[in-house]
Amino acid sequence: MTSSLRLTFDREFEETRQYLYQLAVMVSAAIDQSLKALVERDLKLAEEIIANDGEINKLRFKVEEACLALIATQQPAASDLREIIAIIHLVVEMERMGDYAAGIAKTTIMMSEEPLLKTFKKIPRMGEISREMLADSVEAFKQHNADWAREIAARDNEIDDLYQSIFHKLIKIMAKEPEMITRCTYLMWCAHNLERIADRVTNIAEQIIFMTTGDMGELPG
Amino acid sequence: MSDQTLTPVFQIRDLDFYYSSSLALNQINMDIQRRKVTALIGPSGCGKSTFLRCLNRMNDTIPGTRVVGQILLEGKDIYAPDVDLPHLRQQVGMVFQKPNPFPQSIYDNVAFGPRVVGLAKKRTELDEIIEQSLQQAALWDEVKDQLNENALSLSLGEQQRLCIARLLAVRPDVILMDEPASALDPIATLRIEELIAQLKEQYTIVIVTHNMQQAGRVSDYTGLFWLGELVEFSPTNLMFTRPEKQISEDYITGRMG
Repeated sequence: MTSSLRLTFDREFEETRQYLYQLAVMVSAAIDQSLKALVERDLKLAEEIIANDGEINKLRFKVEEACLALIATQQPAASDLREIIAIIHLVVEMERMGDYAAGIAKTTIMMSEEPLLKTFKKIPRMGEISREMLADSVEAFKQHNADWAREIAARDNEIDDLYQSIFHKLIKIMAKEPEMITRCTYLMWCAHNLERIADRVTNIAEQIIFMTTGDMGELPG
Repeated sequence: MSDQTLTPVFQIRDLDFYYSSSLALNQINMDIQRRKVTALIGPSGCGKSTFLRCLNRMNDTIPGTRVVGQILLEGKDIYAPDVDLPHLRQQVGMVFQKPNPFPQSIYDNVAFGPRVVGLAKKRTELDEIIEQSLQQAALWDEVKDQLNENALSLSLGEQQRLCIARLLAVRPDVILMDEPASALDPIATLRIEELIAQLKEQYTIVIVTHNMQQAGRVSDYTGLFWLGELVEFSPTNLMFTRPEKQISEDYITGRMG
């Protein structure tokens, strides 16, 4: 095992990583809460999620600033540099995931006037898988595990299948019952946001592969 | 013409170097590309300066040294018995860590080489060489009105550029630089680095540096020496973003041991 001669750098780098993990936890919670608000039609919770999105944005900028400072003052190279660049991408992806969660919360509020519609079980399922993918990607990042990152990205297929299935079901309902169109469209938006969230995890997986191997490339997603 | 551009200036083949019985360089193989900057990095005592000094046989001045293997300059072995050493060192000039101008006028410093070699027949020709060399060394504008002043009155950064001008005056093909900016302040350092960028349009440059950021800034290729071996030799952008060897990774990121 190698010992570092750069204790200050290592300490500041670790602090930056901790902020990243904190951001991942906040984003995962936002996704979870947004689905809870949707399913339970909890408008208060939906408003909290929207308000809290500002905190997610703030933390994203905090991490980006920390990365800029590391680059400017410590001149990282090789794997250190790749990891810092990856972190900058990761926080942008996570912040966007937070936006999608806030989007679901906003849709929940818009839907509040509409009569209750039995929410598809598949929508919360999409949320669960996305959160698992996010949590796993943070672990794969910690372990610098490119193979795991590829496996995580492959789970995007499950999300896409669920999305397709929800999409077709909603189209069918809309065709049959035009008065349901507004409600179905709102739900479609929610499913679409979840599908985008999983795509963002695929981007995170790409960054983990870059950070670990130096290879840049796009994974199917 | 284009063929010549593609062939390396130096081809180093299975080079071993000994200080008495101690092996300082072990099986070095490297091609040094024409009109490119090659940086040599590595911890103190790794062999990078020894290697640099092999390229114009400066190590010959140290008793008990021995070379095994080949260093081909334009395809010819520089350690062959019939090699004309002054001519070799004219072709392959060197700049040192500390600027070492002669305690003479600025003019005479630059004129020294051309006079020894007999490059100029007339004073006007010599004047031309002096101006051209100082121009190339990015020093002309600063010193053109004080050519007769003592070179030691210049700042350290200017002295170093004067040493480069002195070397350019004998029209070398290759410039070896051994930590050329380590005695200079950051501004003077940047001037030297900019100068290197300009000079590589015409010259092949090999630079030893302890400053890894400097290697990153100035060079096209980087060689990492470690315990007398060339551990990795890669295009600089790859060396600093995705080195192939773990030793390179550890050295470049400051994790040794």
